[in-house]
Amino acid sequence: MNRLGTVLVVLGFSIFLAIPFLTTHTLTKSIITKEFNSDEKTTIATKAFEPVIEKTVSTWQLLSATGKAITEVNETAIANYSFSTENITRLENLAHNNSLNAKSIEALWGKENFKVIAFKNYGNWLFGREFGSDAELESNIKQVTDNIAQYEVIPKKGIDKYAAKSLKYNLAKHSITGLLHTNALLFLLLTFGLAVIGGLLMLQSYMAEKPGIKNNGTFFHPAKSRKWLGIIIGTLLISFYVLLYFFPEYMVGWIRLTDSISYKLSGSEAGQFFLYGFMYTVSMLVMGARMLAKYRHNNYQLIRTGSVMFFQTIFAFLIPEILVRLNQPYFDFKNAWPLDYDFFFDFELNKLIAGGNLGMFMLVWGITFSLIAVPIFTYFYGKRWYCSWVCGCGGLAETVGDPFRQLSDKSLRAWKIERYMIYSVLVFAVVMTIGVLYTYFTGASELLGINTFSMRQVYGAFIGAGFSGVVGTGFYPVMGNRVWCRFGCPLAAYMGIVQKFKSRFKITTNGGQCISCGNCSTYCEMGIDVRAYAQRGENIVRASCVGCGVCAAVCPRGVLKLENDSNTNRVNTANFVRK
Amino acid sequence: MHIVIIGNGIAGITTARHIRKLSDYKVTVISSESEYFFSRTALMYIYMGHLKFEHTQPYENWFWKKNKIDLVFDRVTDINTENQSLSLQSGKLIGYDKLVLALGSTPRPLPTLGAELKGVQSLYSKQDLELLEDTKGIKQAVIIGGGLIGIELAEMLHSRGVHVTLAVREKQYWDIVLPPEEAEMVGKHIISRGIDLRLNTTVESINGSSKVESVTLGTGEVLECQFAGATIGVVPNIKFIENTAIATNRGILVDELLQTNVKNMYAIGDCAEIKQPTKGRRAIEAVWYTGRIMGESLAQTLCGTPTPYNPGIWFNSAKFVDLEYQTYGDVPAKIDGDLTSMFWSEEKPERGLRIVYEKATMKVRGFNALGLRLRHELCDEWIATGKTIDFVLENLEALNFDPEFYKKFASQVTSQFKTLA
Ligand SMILES: Cc1cc2nc3c(=O)[nH]c(=O)nc-3n(C[C@H](O)[C@H](O)[C@H](O)COP(=O)(O)OP(=O)(O)OC[C@H]3O[C@@H](n4cnc5c(N)ncnc54)[C@H](O)[C@@H]3O)c2cc1C
Ligand code: SF4
Repeated sequence: MNRLGTVLVVLGFSIFLAIPFLTTHTLTKSIITKEFNSDEKTTIATKAFEPVIEKTVSTWQLLSATGKAITEVNETAIANYSFSTENITRLENLAHNNSLNAKSIEALWGKENFKVIAFKNYGNWLFGREFGSDAELESNIKQVTDNIAQYEVIPKKGIDKYAAKSLKYNLAKHSITGLLHTNALLFLLLTFGLAVIGGLLMLQSYMAEKPGIKNNGTFFHPAKSRKWLGIIIGTLLISFYVLLYFFPEYMVGWIRLTDSISYKLSGSEAGQFFLYGFMYTVSMLVMGARMLAKYRHNNYQLIRTGSVMFFQTIFAFLIPEILVRLNQPYFDFKNAWPLDYDFFFDFELNKLIAGGNLGMFMLVWGITFSLIAVPIFTYFYGKRWYCSWVCGCGGLAETVGDPFRQLSDKSLRAWKIERYMIYSVLVFAVVMTIGVLYTYFTGASELLGINTFSMRQVYGAFIGAGFSGVVGTGFYPVMGNRVWCRFGCPLAAYMGIVQKFKSRFKITTNGGQCISCGNCSTYCEMGIDVRAYAQRGENIVRASCVGCGVCAAVCPRGVLKLENDSNTNRVNTANFVRK
Repeated sequence: MHIVIIGNGIAGITTARHIRKLSDYKVTVISSESEYFFSRTALMYIYMGHLKFEHTQPYENWFWKKNKIDLVFDRVTDINTENQSLSLQSGKLIGYDKLVLALGSTPRPLPTLGAELKGVQSLYSKQDLELLEDTKGIKQAVIIGGGLIGIELAEMLHSRGVHVTLAVREKQYWDIVLPPEEAEMVGKHIISRGIDLRLNTTVESINGSSKVESVTLGTGEVLECQFAGATIGVVPNIKFIENTAIATNRGILVDELLQTNVKNMYAIGDCAEIKQPTKGRRAIEAVWYTGRIMGESLAQTLCGTPTPYNPGIWFNSAKFVDLEYQTYGDVPAKIDGDLTSMFWSEEKPERGLRIVYEKATMKVRGFNALGLRLRHELCDEWIATGKTIDFVLENLEALNFDPEFYKKFASQVTSQFKTLA
């Protein structure tokens, strides 16, 4: 059973990895027309695409042709719409004669001319100006014409960076043909289907054993102890995240597989984040089932694992898709600011405000949830109610990441780095949100001299994508399964402060029973040196503890108990051990 | 003042740490087993792949230097009690003002024929664990002697797919300590986990030419095996001081301040034998926390506050494969005289609870828990303050230390006892 399961999982994964290489595209004129939404660009692009048009090509061939077409379109736009050397000489002459003004350039090229309108916007500060030298004059005019090329010609008459990204993706996604296109469902079964069935069969190895703590061989395992399989898994995960966030156009084959499911749920085609959500949920369900099998003797683990599986499937995956089908804003009710860092971004707020009654409800819900419910629940139950019962990131860590929990760093040094990092991210998230809201309400683009738009771009790229995705999950097999939650999550930082100073939650140490074996510390995914407290008979109250309960489960002497208790005695030292 | 401690186990290391907290005395700890302190109790988890050796070290390696505790990785070969100095195997001499002996135990040697063969060993030290890696690829093993280390060794080998026979002399598993019901439960559990437990079984001889090949039981049955575990208990590790002036019996004799008969010399942990143990305690108790409490008490004494060793009410815990065991107070294997008890158990989940109390006064005296967890501080307090069995039954839920959402046991226990009464 176990062996068959392994074979199916490996097979499913291999086919999955082969898909980008099996994906073929046939580009037609109508696709080009549709994606290059202007006649002018379409004509140029169609010509540039000549060698691949109506031919079966790979994703790489298609994307390289697309790159060339975009360059072609842009070069043509520059040639047609920006100032030529000759044009510039004329401008310089005008300036020499002290007659560089709206009238004179209109007279040169006409009032409605693209260049003229642009120059009046970008260059009006030059009108009527005296220049100290020819060099200064030249460089000033050059600066204006360059700006026009970059900010007017390319975006309006050509294709800018952002447009190029979605153009590449759309062309690739909509031109898929051949085997994969006609047999998408079959391939879905051959990849996800096989892997899921295989994964479930592998659970047999847990079920075959009697219930109890099953960590035999963990540190001999090639994946669980930073050996070759761990390195491979980490590399694949990191590559996946890099593609997802930065090069989704190369993932279109995978995305195609999930189209049919996306249509069923939201009524529209799948995008990269639908694929991601689908994979995320499916892996969490399979690996969640593994947790259920592994800890079937432990009700705390069963209930909390069931809970994260439920919240991921229903709240993070299904409800938002169904909302879209009902023409309502896409919304994850269980996500809380500041983990949900873009909740207060203008486009999000506008989306909710435009979303009618339900949208307004979502707005109020989101604010109440984040600012009132989160601290109150954390007061009563500790941050575990969210981190290891509800949260999607936490849910992934507790299921898919469980095999790697023992790899977290327990050193004092790591704890120090953790505190610096996580509170910096929290401060960053708060400052960014204040800035973004300031811009939203006042219209001013800067707060204290910092551009709020670039602030949120930096946050999105480095924290949102880079940290929580690439590093947070990609490094599971190296640094354990809570890298993001421990070093980066601003919501965890925020709840951690509540937990540390004002919460009923604690881990009680059972008198003098600790034998300092170290199982608790080793299996703490947050890298807390639990033993350091337990062996002194001291209760454990740490900001980072997510209350997964695994320390209490693996302790061979029944020393630890997660409790919500009155605030007295939060840290006490048992009489049996003097400090 | 220079305090030298021989032995970097829990007893010696606790002393060193607490001396450092209380004073600026120079502290040196000598051990020939490992460079740094590790938890002996966790050796089994390394073999089973739950932990790596580094995880069994409760303090990071920089800790010792930072706290100015000098570590010497060497063996003490001789103690000169006259001029207060130690000779080390490396030839070095170390003088001391006070000497703490924290030498630990050593496995009781197996008197059986063939005990010297290769593949016959015990489990006590780091070196034993390393030697145990020779079991790679073997098929069968016989463990001789039941007790706590015996079952650990059995579980370890079993976890690597070795067929393990656990040969135990007693009628029921560990019945010199456990009352019959608990002993039977534990025995059944061990068998259910795939270990071939043989009760009432003695071992005649271990056979083989150079390596162990088989074991002959008292019944004449011959068990083929490539490994034989010798786990018939431990004894204080005092061989190298036998010819000195230090007074010993089974262990090194100490008074309530943990002083030996020799001036400026103390003994703690597994190797110490208390001349007059406090009520309910034995003279030698080879368990983890007694070493720790001795270390804490001795550090106080050495730093100017004479503090008699008082371990309080007995407690202990263990785990038999998947079955946890905790005990508090007096729970003798044979409960008679002025003591009586109540025992409750169920099969699913596998668990049991015994409450011992005095017949005459109804005062509670001890608890045994199997497959469930009890709150140490409350058990201790209730025993110390002489709560009656009625009180205990009424408030039993407060003792429950099981994880959240576990099936509760208090009402079941109480109702069974009520119907009996
Ligand atoms: C496998 C195993 C499992 C156990 N599990 C438990 C448990 O679950 N619960 C529990 O309470 N107890 C348990 N014990 C018992 C517990 O580990 C001991 O009681 C405890 O470790 C004793 O500590 P100690 O400091 O007295 O001695 P030790 O830990 O034995 O330390 C003594 C040290 O002194 C060194 N030494 C001795 N002589 C010399 C010399 N001449 N020169 C230099 N160095 C020397 C030794 O090499 C050793 O390193 C277990 C023991 C074993 C072996
Ligand atoms: S797992 Fe339990 S016995 Fe081991 S160090 Fe942690 S609290 Fe102590």
